[in-house]
Amino acid sequence: MLKIPEKDDAIMNWLGVLISAALWFAAPPAFAALNVFACTPEWGALAKELGGDKANIYVATNALQDPHHIEARPSLIARARSADLVVCTGADLEVGWLPLVLTQSGNPKIRNGQPGYFEAARQVVLLEIPTLVDRSQGDVHPGGNPHIHLDPRNIAKIAAALNERMAQLDPPEAGHYRARSKAFLDRWQQAIARWEKEAAPLRGIAVVGYHKNMSYLNQWLGIREIGNLEPKPGLPPTAAHMSELLARLARDPAQAVVRSAYNDPRAAEWLSQNAKIPAVTLPFTVGGSDKARDLFSLYDDTLARLLVVAK
Amino acid sequence: MFKRNLIAAAIALAYAGPALAQDAELAKIREEIRQMKDAYEKRIQTLEKRLSEAEANAGKAETAASKAEQTAARAETATAQAASARSGENAFNPAVSLILQGTYARTSQDPNRFQITGFVPSGGEVGPPKRSFGLAETELNMTANIDPYFRGVAIAALAPEGGISVEEAYFQTLALPQGFTLRGGRFFSGIGYQNEQHQHAWDFQDAPLAYKTFLGNQLKQDGLQLKWVAPTDLFMELGAELSAGDQFPGSDRNKNGVGGSALFGHLGGDIGASTAWRAGVSYLKASPNARSYQDTDSLGGAVTNSFSGSAKLWAVDGVLKWAPNGNPRYNNLKLQGEYFRLKQDGRLTYDDTAQTVPQFGVTFTDSFVTDQSGWYLQGVWQFYPQWRVGYRYDALRYGTLSNGIVNNGLGPTAANFPVLANHSPTRNTLMLDWSPTEFSRVRLQLASDKSRRGVTDNQVFVQYIYSLGAHGAHKF
Repeated sequence: MLKIPEKDDAIMNWLGVLISAALWFAAPPAFAALNVFACTPEWGALAKELGGDKANIYVATNALQDPHHIEARPSLIARARSADLVVCTGADLEVGWLPLVLTQSGNPKIRNGQPGYFEAARQVVLLEIPTLVDRSQGDVHPGGNPHIHLDPRNIAKIAAALNERMAQLDPPEAGHYRARSKAFLDRWQQAIARWEKEAAPLRGIAVVGYHKNMSYLNQWLGIREIGNLEPKPGLPPTAAHMSELLARLARDPAQAVVRSAYNDPRAAEWLSQNAKIPAVTLPFTVGGSDKARDLFSLYDDTLARLLVVAK
Repeated sequence: MFKRNLIAAAIALAYAGPALAQDAELAKIREEIRQMKDAYEKRIQTLEKRLSEAEANAGKAETAASKAEQTAARAETATAQAASARSGENAFNPAVSLILQGTYARTSQDPNRFQITGFVPSGGEVGPPKRSFGLAETELNMTANIDPYFRGVAIAALAPEGGISVEEAYFQTLALPQGFTLRGGRFFSGIGYQNEQHQHAWDFQDAPLAYKTFLGNQLKQDGLQLKWVAPTDLFMELGAELSAGDQFPGSDRNKNGVGGSALFGHLGGDIGASTAWRAGVSYLKASPNARSYQDTDSLGGAVTNSFSGSAKLWAVDGVLKWAPNGNPRYNNLKLQGEYFRLKQDGRLTYDDTAQTVPQFGVTFTDSFVTDQSGWYLQGVWQFYPQWRVGYRYDALRYGTLSNGIVNNGLGPTAANFPVLANHSPTRNTLMLDWSPTEFSRVRLQLASDKSRRGVTDNQVFVQYIYSLGAHGAHKF
């Protein structure tokens, strides 16, 4: 005769532990700063400029990580759980990991469509919207090129929108955010004027890029990108494509081969040696070089590294 | 230039006749001709210049016009696309993706006679794939937000021999506060590490032996799952599941109430920028009722054995991923291991009455108590972009198995329970895979499988996995 299983004591106890633990942790913290979860270092740096000491900023990735290929690590889920605001690029850049992190975090405040979910790409006009959305074209982004942060005019637009969002989420500190935002934008406009003057020699130079992640920088400065080391977006360089590039450079020479800090250096070095043009490594984002410590120094360092080859 | 000379020559000819008169007249005429020629040349030059300028302007205008047209066309397409994407009946279509899979298999032993000796068969599809070319399950995945409160996920498996089975089909809450998520329907249980991952995301073609033995390959729950994530910087997740408990180690009970339950807790975090880890403990309880399996008696006749009682499973799991600076693009390492221990306590019924000439012809029922365990450890190393190698070691421990029917010596003996013969299986597996993109993968897998007592099955599998459609994120 089968014995009827005793009441599921274990499960009831466990549920009790679960709920009491939740209540314990749910007590509001004494110091309530705005918890910001930034997907990439540039948005972390921008939130810091705007939030100052009123924002706790967690940056999910570093400059040496390829923003397309991030694992939905447990630490990201834990940080998303207590975030008030998620600041990401959007335009499908983080599609491989962010939706999972947001779903698993169990935090309804930061779901797509909530005020706690901010997409920078929605604030600017995207370049390179593909006419053919098909995976045979490589890792294409249907909405357009998502690497928007290397045009400082984009940063200004995004800063204005992000400032409003932070003020909306943290009304008591709205004045603080607006004041900081105004100060930041003033400094930023001055910096843009200075950068545009400094970067005048870059207008019209030709470069070979690694991935299509410098398009906004190129457009801003009038740099001509005559090819990419990747045969198609997201695919690693191949020998056949590299020799084709070399042949193209013989007809249409470039001043440099440019890659970002997170890209594999090997292909760039190979082309640099064989085409006898310098290889330039750009920080790409905050933390990508020793000098790129914030948004201002990111641009300073980027221009300095490019100007070396323009002379 | 040619035209100009022609005009000059014509003028010269026209004046040639009267020029015979006088020298002064001649000189005057010559001078006039020269002046006219100069004037004409000037006018012609001006005209030519104007013409070339006009041509250049026209060219520029054309380029500009075509550019403008292109831009307009692009803008139109974009607007049209945006409009079509945002209106109409299909605007709310779920994200759809499809997984194509297949194998080429070569095994030294007959895959149809596969068994894991020493352990009660779990009833799952645990055997190696069929020999030669074979299609694996095609997976159709649909997912969308239902409304502001729920999200829906359905994954159907299309079997190569025909028929559709539901792998997962569940709703999940979107709006519960405080880190709670409730899931209901059919879902892969949160116990262990690999259980929640879809087969196409596994690092080997098949499941570890411990999964085949203790969870019938992968445990699907029909029921409810409540999960809670703690608001701490260290990842901390607790979960509880209530289910019908109708899959191994449970069975369909035809009873009211809850048939099975599971509890799990996970911790996780980062060590520096390069390393991420997760560790967990799980507990599963089921109350199988007449959970049956087929065996052969000492004379080779078919026997049905069925177990009723309780089954309790403990699991410990851990995974560690390393990549230089946390960028897995070029090189990365993944270490993963799990340990399972299953205790069963109840009664087993031996039934050979279905045979035409049965050895006994009556059923025997007596106590049946087991305490068995198993583990695996695997490492996968991406040594070059797109290329990975992996090694897995599997071991099961026979532990204790007390079969009252054999012990009391009145009827069937150990020879009538060949599947339960004392054996602790092991397996060594090597794999090499190539993934041109995250949507395609081809894998070679070699294994030496000692699941069957006294026999080694040497296996070679070539497997492909292709993923079409929506870009689904993979779990850690």
